[in-house]
Amino acid sequence: MRLRRCGTDAVLVEVDSAGEVEAVRAAVHAAALPEVVELVPAARTVLVATRPGGLPAVRRVLAAVRLGDPVDAPGREVGIPVVYDGPDLDLVAATAGLTPEEVVRLHTGAVYTVAFCGFAPGFGYLTGLPEPLRQPRLDSPRTSVPAGSVGVAGEYTAAYPRSTPGGWRLIGRTDAPLFDPDRDRPALLSPGDRVRFRAVR
Amino acid sequence: MTALDRRTGRPDGALADGGRPGGRSVTVLRTGPQALVQDLGRPGHAHLGVPPSGALDRPSLRLANRLVGNPEDAAGLELLLGGLVLRANASCTVAVTGPGADVLVGGRLRDSPAHLRPGDELAVGTPRDGLRCYLAVSGGITVPAVLGSRATDVLSGLGPAPLRPGDELPLGVPTGVPTGADVLPPLGVPGELVVPVVLGPRDDWFDDPAGRLHLGRWSASERSNRVGLRLDGTALPRTAAHRGRELPSEGLVTGAVQVPPDGRPVVFLADHPTTGGYPVVGVVPPDALPLLGQARPGTRVRFHPHG
Repeated sequence: MRLRRCGTDAVLVEVDSAGEVEAVRAAVHAAALPEVVELVPAARTVLVATRPGGLPAVRRVLAAVRLGDPVDAPGREVGIPVVYDGPDLDLVAATAGLTPEEVVRLHTGAVYTVAFCGFAPGFGYLTGLPEPLRQPRLDSPRTSVPAGSVGVAGEYTAAYPRSTPGGWRLIGRTDAPLFDPDRDRPALLSPGDRVRFRAVR
Repeated sequence: MTALDRRTGRPDGALADGGRPGGRSVTVLRTGPQALVQDLGRPGHAHLGVPPSGALDRPSLRLANRLVGNPEDAAGLELLLGGLVLRANASCTVAVTGPGADVLVGGRLRDSPAHLRPGDELAVGTPRDGLRCYLAVSGGITVPAVLGSRATDVLSGLGPAPLRPGDELPLGVPTGVPTGADVLPPLGVPGELVVPVVLGPRDDWFDDPAGRLHLGRWSASERSNRVGLRLDGTALPRTAAHRGRELPSEGLVTGAVQVPPDGRPVVFLADHPTTGGYPVVGVVPPDALPLLGQARPGTRVRFHPHG
């Protein structure tokens, strides 16, 4: 674990894997420090931003984190219904050397973890993608990806909360309420949550 | 009185100051280049991909709120280069803060804060320097809050849409007493900003970051907005070992000085993305950020790195 200074009131914790990111995030979250303003996991880092003077308390919590330990407080389980008719389903199948039906079985068979959110409100980067579905982005990103699109890119799968430009390979779509600011929990997915996709017609 | 004689029309009867507490409002008649509802933003949701947003020049918004008797976190208006005209549909006190700009009520120059009667029209001129004026109204602007804030976030589209002529903005019930300053000295915005920056978290990606930040010269680009202050000028090259390398996305704080591959820094402001994939060479402390939101295109910028 390396601590990198990030201005006067934040520290960027750098680790070596998504699992270690989750260990750090879960430990700081569990400590429920009143000083912490933002706790932002990402691919290999966790950003902890505090009120002025709050960093010493954060450093004490970080010093006690054991990265190797499994995170024992798993997040919520979220099920996301998907119609698997995405424009890149055949491309993903061909790249993986599978049939589209096998792609759907792989994608629905895994349990994913929300590693982090970013890019847009409610856009969760989910890890746990089966190896054959880990594929590059499109050579040329789409200028508009419809809201609800479900795609894969690199080690991640995700669902687009709203229409944005994007280069992920799209394999399906969902009508799950991914981000609705008027709900008690505006984002369906939060870091640490476990996610399963379910095929619907 | 002249202010009343000059008014162009009665406000909608149902919305006039008729004793209905929910009915207080102001109507936007004209905007300048951009008029937004802003408060102190919605921090605490970055892990969901939600930017903090809120007024870029927070001290100016807080001051405007104090002047009209509001809590400092009440929602007011952020006016890019002034140009706003609004009509009071209720008796209210308004204050305009930030860089110096003419404030007219019924066409006559007035000191701020000013009292408006129903039907009075208030106009804010173009600031003489700086970029953003702040307008507070007694009772605060009470459009619906999103994730605890009424701020317009231009990156993610949360909060009310940018204001347009004809918009009617509801006001809350005033709770405090206007502080009633006689004369309000305007914020001075210098033509050159010397901006402190704390090195890290990715200063090790750059070749002599402290030296280049100290000796470099930049100017505020016209491509700047509420997301970030983009700087033209000295490029910050990476070390040989980091050239062509990709950085996995990581969390960003407001004030982060991110350096894309072209070497031209961007200082992230309130509507910044919550994560980014270009290295951050340093972070501008919170105290220095309000003036960055006032930097007109062409404003000269230097950095004072430490740490």
